[in-house]
Parts: sequence; C-alpha cells; structure tokens
Amino acid sequence: MAELDQRPSAKVDHSEQQSDYIIEMLNITKIFPGIKANDNVTLQLRRGEIHALLGENGAGKSTLMSVLFGLYQPEEGCIKKNGQIVKINSPNDANDLNIGMVHQHFKLVECFSVLDNIILGVEPNTAGFLQKEEARKKVLALSEKYGLQVDPDALIEDISVGMQQRTEILKMLYRDNEILIFDEPTAVLTPQEIKELMHIMKNLAAEGKSILFISHKLAEIMEVADRCSVLRKGKYIGTVNTADVTVQELSSMMVGRPVQLEVEKAPAKPVEVVLDVSGITVKAKTHKGNAVTDVSFQVRRGEIVCLAGIEGNGQTQFVYALTGLDDMTAGKITLCGEDITRASIRKRACRMSHIPEDRHKHGLVLEYSVEQNMVLQRYWQPEFQKAGFIKFAPVRAYSDRLIEKFDIRSGQGSITQTRSMSGGNQQKVIVAREMDKEHDLLVAVQPTRGLDIGAIEFIHAEIVKERDAGKAVLLVSLELEEVMSLSDRILVMYEGEIVGEFDPKKVTVEELGLYMAGAKRDTPSAKEGKQ
Amino acid sequence: MNKNAVSPLMMRAKAAGSSVLSSLVCILMGLVLGYLFLLLLNAEHAWDDGLLPIIKGGFKSFGNEALEATGAHMKPLGMEIAEAAPLIMTGLSVAFAFKTGLFNIGAAGQYVLGAFGGLYCALVLQLPWWVCLLAASLCGALWGAIPGILKAYLNVNEVITCIMLNWIGLYGANTLMYQGGNSPMYFLKQAKTYTVASKSPSSLIPSKIFGWDLTKTFNYSAMTIAIFLAIIVAIAIYVILEKTTFGYELKACGHNKNAAKYAGINDKRNIILSMVIAGALAGFGAGLFFLAGVEQYNPQESTALPGQGFNGISVALLASLNPIGCIFSGVFISHLSVGGNAMKQSTFPKEIADAVSGIIVYLCAFSILFKGFFRKLFGSKLFRKKEGGAKK
Repeated sequence: MAELDQRPSAKVDHSEQQSDYIIEMLNITKIFPGIKANDNVTLQLRRGEIHALLGENGAGKSTLMSVLFGLYQPEEGCIKKNGQIVKINSPNDANDLNIGMVHQHFKLVECFSVLDNIILGVEPNTAGFLQKEEARKKVLALSEKYGLQVDPDALIEDISVGMQQRTEILKMLYRDNEILIFDEPTAVLTPQEIKELMHIMKNLAAEGKSILFISHKLAEIMEVADRCSVLRKGKYIGTVNTADVTVQELSSMMVGRPVQLEVEKAPAKPVEVVLDVSGITVKAKTHKGNAVTDVSFQVRRGEIVCLAGIEGNGQTQFVYALTGLDDMTAGKITLCGEDITRASIRKRACRMSHIPEDRHKHGLVLEYSVEQNMVLQRYWQPEFQKAGFIKFAPVRAYSDRLIEKFDIRSGQGSITQTRSMSGGNQQKVIVAREMDKEHDLLVAVQPTRGLDIGAIEFIHAEIVKERDAGKAVLLVSLELEEVMSLSDRILVMYEGEIVGEFDPKKVTVEELGLYMAGAKRDTPSAKEGKQ
Repeated sequence: MNKNAVSPLMMRAKAAGSSVLSSLVCILMGLVLGYLFLLLLNAEHAWDDGLLPIIKGGFKSFGNEALEATGAHMKPLGMEIAEAAPLIMTGLSVAFAFKTGLFNIGAAGQYVLGAFGGLYCALVLQLPWWVCLLAASLCGALWGAIPGILKAYLNVNEVITCIMLNWIGLYGANTLMYQGGNSPMYFLKQAKTYTVASKSPSSLIPSKIFGWDLTKTFNYSAMTIAIFLAIIVAIAIYVILEKTTFGYELKACGHNKNAAKYAGINDKRNIILSMVIAGALAGFGAGLFFLAGVEQYNPQESTALPGQGFNGISVALLASLNPIGCIFSGVFISHLSVGGNAMKQSTFPKEIADAVSGIIVYLCAFSILFKGFFRKLFGSKLFRKKEGGAKK
C-alpha cells in the first residue's frame, strides 16, 4: 500500500498483483469530435478498497464512468475484471459484471415504496406473480448487515434524502453488486448524514465490496478513501495513497497549480442597510401551508450574509419572492429605502443583481449567443438600443470586454452559442453579467454550483471584491464549506423559517448541521437577544 | 488559437448552407418517393402525366410554341406567383409564432377572418385596396389575439384554442357572408361573393408597379403586386426578429420563458403580441388572395378550412422558420399545387396529386433532421482541417 503511483507506466507489474484488482481500466482513450475526453487514463480498483476519483468539471470523470458502464466505447484501452479482459457494450453488461452505481440524482420512483424500488427490474416472481416476501427478507437482512436503516414500506416521496440514498445503496446490494460507484454522493446531505454515509461506505469496504467514490470534495476523500486517482483535462495525473498526501497536494494535482483553498478576506465593515425584508411569507406549491414563513432580516452594505440550509427548505421560494419571480402572500421588501414589495422584476433589477440558482432555467437563454446573453438584463438600455433597434457594435464590444475581464472560454468568443459551452463558463457568463451591471445588492444563489475549484476560487474572490466595493451581498448556498469561508453572517433556514443566526467565526460546522437538520432552533426571544 | 479559429462569416455561411442543402435534399427525396407512389398506381403514365407536370409547375407551357406566340404560356407561372403570396404570408404567420414558442395552427381561421374583413371593406364599404388589406390584417389579428390572451392569462394550450377557433371562424365568416342569401356581399346568381372588380375596382390590389403592367407580362388578370408586398413583409419580419429589441424579447420568450421572465421581459404581453402579429400576417395573406381577384369566396361550399392555412405550416418548416426562407418555400409549395392541378386533368385523380404533394411536404418537415446531419458533416470536416493545421 505504500507505493506512490504518479505515472501510469509506474505500474506495469500487474502480473504480480493481478488478482488484487477487481476492476481495471487500462490506458483508456475516448475521443469526441474536437476533444479528447479521456487521454490514456488508467484506473485500477482493488478488492475491498475505497478508491476516490478526483477531478474538476470536464476532467473526464463522467466519460470514464460511462465507458465503464458501456455507454461509450473507448478508442483505445481495455477493461479487465479479475485480470480477464471484458467487453462492456451496454449498461446491462455492466450489471452482469456486478457493477452498480448511485447516481448524483437518484433514480427512484417517487410514488413507490422503498421495497418496490429496490426490486424494480429484478422482481422475484412465480409465473408472473410477485413474490415480495422473499424480497423483503433479503432486503431486511442486507439492511441489518450493513447498517442501512430503511423502512421498506415507506414511499420514497415521504422519506429523507439520506434514506433515499440508502435505498439506492440497497438496490445495488440486492443485485449482489461487488463494485459500487458513488457519484458525488454527499452533495445533497447534511453534515450528520455525510458522517453516516462515510461510516456505511467503510462498512461496505470491510465486507469486501469495492467502492469507487467520485467527488471533488477533498476533505471527504481524505477521510474515507484509501487511494485516490486524479484526472485533469482528460489526462490521467496519478494515483496516490491518501495517507501519504495533504489536501493541498491533492488540490494542486487536480487543478495543476497551487490553489487558494481558504477565501482571503478582511473583516467586514458593514455600513447602512441596503436590503430589509420583514415577514416574508410564501405559499407552498407542493403542499398546503407555507414554503416560507415570516422571514425577516437585513443586509448591509459591505457584508456578505449567507442563507444556509439543506436543499428544499424554502430558500428557493424566498429568493423567487425577493427577486419578483414569484408572488408572496405577506411581507415587505425594502431596497435602499424604497418599498419594492410590488415592484416589477425589471424595476427591482435596477438595483439588484441576481445570480439564479438554476442557470439553465433562469440564468441563460441557451439558444442565444454569449453576447446576447450578456445583455439579457440590459438590452433595453440606451447604451444597447436606439428606437427599438439593437446596436450590435456596442453589444459586441461590451461582451468582448466581459469575456476578457472574466476569462470566459468558448469556441468562438462572443458569437458562441451558449449551449455549447461548459457549465463553468456558462456560469461565468451569468456572474460577469450580474456583477458588471449596476446594482447595490447582489443576490447570489449557489453561485458555484457544479463548478471546479479554479472557477470557485475565482467567483469567491469576485464576491468578496463586491463586498469590499461597498455592495451588499446575500448568498444562498447549500455548501457548508462555502458558507463558512465566505460569509460574514449566517442565517440558517429550516422548513421555511430562519431558525438561527451565527457568526461564522464562532460556530462549528456540526452546530450548524444541527440547526439545518431541525434538531435545534433558537427561540424567537433568543433570536432577538442576538440581534 | 486564432489561426485555426473559424471566422464568424464562414460559420454563418456554413449554417445557412446546411439549411438550404437539407431543404433541397428533402425536396428531392419527396419527389423520388412521390414518383414511386405514382409508379405503383399507374406505371405507364407515372412520368409524363404524373411527376413531370409537378416538376414543371408553373412552367408547364414553356416550350409550347402556339402558346408562346400569344404569350399565354406565362399564365400558369402568373398563377403560381399569385398563389404564392398568401402562402408566404401564412408561412410567416406560423414561423413568427414558432419563434416565440407558440404553435399557430390557427392560421387557417385567421386567414378566413382576414378574407371576411378584406371582402367586407371591398364589397360593402368599397374602400381603397390598402385599407381593405389593413382591415384583413386587423380581423386576422383579432382572431389571433384570442388564443394569445387565453394562453397568457389562463395557460390554455394555444393549439387547442386555435383548432377550435378555426372552425368557429370558418362558419362564423360563412354565415356573415351568406346570411341566408341576403348578405350584401353575396351574389345569388353565381352562388358566390360578388367579384371585387364588379363592386369596387379601386379595392383590387394594383397590378402596375412603376409602369410595369404585371397582368400583361403574365397574361393573367389576377397577377398583382401582392408578391412584392409579401416579400416586403417577409423582410420586415426578418428585421423585427433579428434586429430589434422586440424580436430579441420574443425569441427569448420562445426559447426560455423562465429566463425571459428573469430578465424582466413581460412574457404575457409578448405571447399575446406574438399571436396578434401572427394572426395579422395570416389575415394579410387572405387579403392578398381575395383582393387580387384570384377567386371569389363561396360561403356555402367552404366547409373545409382553406389549404393556405395549413400549408403555412409546411412553408414555415421547409424554410426552417426563416422569414426570408418563407419566400422561397412559399413559391415552391405554390409550384407544387399548380403542378398538381395540371396533373389531375389526365390519368390521375385530383386526390393523387394532393397525395404526392403531401408526400413531398411531409418530407420537407424532415429538413430539420437533415440540417443536423449536414452540420455534423461540415463540422467534422472543419475539425479534420483544424487538426491538420495544428500538426504543421
């Protein structure tokens, strides 16, 4: 276990260790028109180990997994299982080889029970009649063996995300899979649930399952993985024992240069109130009752206030109400002393920039070119139009300037169709547009979602610059790391209410986790006391 | 990097090239398939009496010396062009709504309303031709506004409302123009509306442009400047969509309603406006047809929706929703129908002619599919060149 494989050629001696590897992907090269998605990538998974696959967005992790699942055929290289070359032409072949995967977005039928989901596709039956009892016994046995608590009869839509994930894991175990792939499994979990998952993964490995853990969260990799293979821009960088490296080393392997992991910022100097919301209440669309209940807080010039919480606790609905995308039932919004409770979206946008949560739904018109998206909030201003006719030259010049300033990479610059760009660069288009536009308040919802470390570093630095330039920033984030490192003040939202306010310097991640999961909350009087 | 980068102009040319090429391939495939169909039915006459007239279309009398001597050989071509004008307009109507993400299957109904509006102003009020045209557009616009309003405020699917309004419009207009034979527009003796020429010659769209008499050149009395008006409107629509903030907003709504809302664009207003304009375009097309005196309206026999309305969909698709492309695809569809009319007189019944043009039109809808194919073809060539360049 002590060797440090930095290059693929460093491990030609697989004759000796052949039986040791349960699955090997050797020298895989996969070419798409215009890009080498995988360039001579080697990945060797030992029996009973947890092996992390680390890489930025677009590094080729997904392509490599798609090759393993038979969705793509590699141009070069081969896949071996237990030392035997195998040909994987379809996901069914992968299934037959006992390879299973928990996708980042679960593949579960919402209105089916846990048990039904687990047996879906491999239903035990006699002459076409379901034999669920047998299945139930097997599921219960498995769940006991690996410590995977689930209620087999609960409907998926009623159970927590953590239990849904356990259902996915049981699905793989039910099919007797030996190779378990976890694709960014912690993205949707609370800190407590993450801990539990880590524990489960270690259990599984101890029982002889081999785990491939895809992630870009370095701390988790360090904690749970035995070894880690790093990809960068489709190239195989190396495989290391996590015990032998530091987080810093791993991140520079991934990005190709030393990375600033901590956000550098001076203490906040809040000035006057820019945003004042009081009693915001929004009716829920999916159930009776409120999605957001009586939310009140203020954001001042020169501070970053973060709305933290687990996905689906009303943050989205709150931001919709704040930015005018949706109606609210009660409450008052004041921006720079002006009541904008009933103002139109465009009126609000004059002083408020909004980096939306979903860049494909709200942030961009994907069919439009980069320059057309750059002026999405400003095309009507005299700078870009005259008597209703678009002034193309200023639009192009403006777009070119932002592309330069924000280092946005695309095939053909301003005229690139936005759809053809990578997620990171699409996000940069939005960030550029919203930050360059005149505003007093920046509402940034998940501004770094799905981005790689380099881009995250850049966007974080830009947000801090915003603050230092005297803007008020409201950050909504699900990533605790981001919340802790970026914000000057943290508000935790749980089931549509603000349940606590914290100073990031004085609170631990565990403490925040308890509030986010609803296990703890400040009483209204305690809240008053803090303010 | 820059050395290998493709110039924007080249990119555009390539995109346009693949659009045109895909449309041409579709037409060719349609002709081949149609020919096979004719062969199956009657192999002996399949070429001479079947496909050939379709291919010739409005040029069928060219080469006929007897007709050329009198200039009559131009008449079918005149008919083709005169009938192309309303098709271009309904095509524009469908294409315009498509750009805003709406499927205007109601062009037929808007067309009928336009016909009523135009004819009413001409036959009863006896207003000048351009006022009649405006009235036709207005009626079409009103009929387009209804599904637009329902879609914007009540989220009712425009396809359903359009289809229902088509029939309401057709029978409503029929009733208004007939009124049990007592309508001032209805000429009992001919069982049709009065000819515009007999009631109000000033309501006819002029045939002379800068002293050039189109009726003489084409030897066809209904040959008017309608085609030029259609072309001007097509260019105007192109400019609106591509060069104005209004077009920018409309297309944003069409591509991504949520992003449009996020950008502060009033999506409800744009949905309604888009349908109003689409309706106006279809109504204008009806005006171009009936105010040219090509045909009179027959309120009692018009129990089917006018073909121009639905052919507008083919025109728009064949043009890949490009307003300028609609000019050419409109002429082409008209070419097919004139050719089909020539065919039916001989061995093949009328329905077969429609079936063959139907096959061609149907395949035209595949043009978008082929477009992707040709783009890939061009793209991969481009890539290979780039790689070669990089190696040097």
